[in-house]
Amino acid sequence: MADLRQIAFYGKGGIGKSTTSQNTLAALADLGQKILIVGCDPKADSTRLILHAKAQDTILSLAADAGSVEDLELEDVMKVGYKGIRCVESGGPEPGVGCAGRGVITSINFLEEEGAYDDMDYVSYDVLGDVVCGGFAMPIRENKAQEIYIVMSGEMMAMYAANNISKGILKYANSGGVRLGGLVCNERQTDKELELAESLAGKLNTKLIHFVPRDNVVQHAELRRMTVLEYAPDSKQADEYRQLATKIHANAGNGTIPTPITMDELEDLLMEHGIMKRVDESIVGKTAAELAAEAAAA
Amino acid sequence: MSLTVEQVKARNQDLIKEVLEVYPEKTAKRRAKHLNVFEEGKTDCNVKSNIKSIPGVMTIRGCAYAGSKGVVWGPIKDMVHISHGPVGCGQYSWAARRNYYIGTTGIDSFVTMQFTSDFQEKDIVFGGDKKLEKIMDEIQDLFPLNKGITVQSECPIGLIGDDIEAVSKKKSKEYGGKTIVPVRCEGFRGVSQSLGHHIANDAVRDWIFDKSEGKHAEFVGTPYDVAIIGDYNIGGDAWASRILLEEMGLRVIAQWSGDGSIAELENTPKAKLNVLHCYRSMNYISRHMEEKYGIPWVEYNFFGPSKIEASLREIASHFDDKIKEGAEKVIAKYKPMMQAVIDKYKPRLEGKTVMLFVGGLRPRHVIGAYEDLGMVVVGTGYEFGHNDDYQRTTHYVKDGTLIYDDVTGYEFEKFVEKVQPDLVGSGIKEKYVFQKMGVPFRQMHSWDYSGPYHGYDGFAIFARDMDMAINNPIWGLTKTPWAA
Repeated sequence: MADLRQIAFYGKGGIGKSTTSQNTLAALADLGQKILIVGCDPKADSTRLILHAKAQDTILSLAADAGSVEDLELEDVMKVGYKGIRCVESGGPEPGVGCAGRGVITSINFLEEEGAYDDMDYVSYDVLGDVVCGGFAMPIRENKAQEIYIVMSGEMMAMYAANNISKGILKYANSGGVRLGGLVCNERQTDKELELAESLAGKLNTKLIHFVPRDNVVQHAELRRMTVLEYAPDSKQADEYRQLATKIHANAGNGTIPTPITMDELEDLLMEHGIMKRVDESIVGKTAAELAAEAAAA
Repeated sequence: MSLTVEQVKARNQDLIKEVLEVYPEKTAKRRAKHLNVFEEGKTDCNVKSNIKSIPGVMTIRGCAYAGSKGVVWGPIKDMVHISHGPVGCGQYSWAARRNYYIGTTGIDSFVTMQFTSDFQEKDIVFGGDKKLEKIMDEIQDLFPLNKGITVQSECPIGLIGDDIEAVSKKKSKEYGGKTIVPVRCEGFRGVSQSLGHHIANDAVRDWIFDKSEGKHAEFVGTPYDVAIIGDYNIGGDAWASRILLEEMGLRVIAQWSGDGSIAELENTPKAKLNVLHCYRSMNYISRHMEEKYGIPWVEYNFFGPSKIEASLREIASHFDDKIKEGAEKVIAKYKPMMQAVIDKYKPRLEGKTVMLFVGGLRPRHVIGAYEDLGMVVVGTGYEFGHNDDYQRTTHYVKDGTLIYDDVTGYEFEKFVEKVQPDLVGSGIKEKYVFQKMGVPFRQMHSWDYSGPYHGYDGFAIFARDMDMAINNPIWGLTKTPWAA
């Protein structure tokens, strides 16, 4: 049995993490890999394309019903979907109450103790938007994910989030063994997107592992709660995900320790590529009326 | 044989230097500001206080939850105090402060019971508000004679953002306006239990005073109404104090909070004078009542006959001649009894030295009682005092007294080892360390399961207990017989 590979997908909320990860993992399953997906988002929507079903019973909701997580069996929480991919969702509280981060910790501990990782080739964690607290950093701590793949795009905030996530990885890179596997650019058709993504990857001491072009077939598959790999296996887009899967498969041990940059450096990057103009410091903090008055006086 | 004041000062300065030497440079620099030798004539002890303890040292301090639940709210006997969070905080603070009360436990009084929401993992993840509602319902069902509920927040409540205020308001409405007080005394707040006292005082202001106006219309005031503030009735302290105030002609309308009730809290704004014993833990509410209701407050000290005498006169000075005469009568009445106590114990205790390290008011307040017995306090310090406490301490301590704020376990051991006092007065964590060093010890938080120590009655017990500790024949048997 090959060594278990643990990977995780991080990225700004709404960037397409779950879609990208499920399509890529489906492609890996096509290659004969045995896969477990651990959804670490309270919305519990990390596995719906694999299972053809919306949020399944989550570890935490079942634990709350049963009394505690110790009352659960692995079979209660694990579902099997496309090509035998195993899926669990951590779940968590409704927005605004409790501590979702603690929920992630509880769930991952439960899965490890119950032997959910035995006989698997891949464990993939799908984590919500940003590393907001220690709980959401759980998958990048020691003995969890070895490589992190950051899903991003050419949008400012997506790049900002990618940089922030790199900071989280850096924090644990020295104490544990976590590495940045690479950036996955999910095309948004912003200006000079590929160029920017490659440039950011360079700054972060990593590589743009794949540029996933935008294609409506992803949307069509999603509406059917399917991956593109299953819905339209012969499409060009399915091929893109296969390429990404192959690259990730070949990327074992090639992760790097990221070198996150400052906000200013990030802005400089955008300016270098002509996306953003240098801010005229004389107009900062002035209202439209004030600027109009100044213009009139001049 | 005995050292001169100058020699004592020099020795204490050397001692401070010596304990600081073991620390890393940065720690030594910070701890140096908390240690000093008192110079007579100064208006301050010149130590820094109420600052975060340094990681790695053994501090003797508690937390904000301890200050609110353990000190201020816990003794209110007819309310149920929920330790809201995981079970440990409630368990380990369960009835630990010996707050005596009159009442039937489990029926109309709840001080020595422990109520906790016993948080589990799922309460952290999904929030504990629903559980809190259920607990309140259960309290209402099981203890229908409770007069109110307080929610004492443990750390996780603040971390996960539970809305205990909303739950309290909702349940209060449901139970027909019952007083339910949410207290944000999460243990991680502030540097010691001191912030917990302040938070608890503010909760009384916001959730008791502001909501009780117009209640108790039947209350008929007298010109002699006073409230005892900051006496927690440890081993019956407040009772031993109350009788003296009553004997001099005053009417005690409230005890804060030892053997106190919610009705007493609600009626306190009708007092003519607030008499404040523990300044540290209840000066906040006293100042509030002064500002809002115009009630003056006066600090007093009921440890030992000298201080009691001065305090009775000070309290009486706020009233008419009838009370002033009453105070003199009380003083005269107890004088021979106190003289008998002194005559019995002073010869056995004369010249004995004491080192103290306690909480709110005792590091200064008990000094007079020791002096009445001919004893000398040679070192003292506060767990969680502020600058104003150290200023007040200057009225009590002698030239050359060693002052140590938020003393660390190491410093305290070293100080005692070198100074070799005849008695150490501190808490349970310190007790066995010093007894094993062969130094007599009394717990000065809980009165070592004795008390009361306040008032004239208390002084007789205090004197007996100190004699019992110091002159115990056991100390003659601590030498190893097989060693030369």
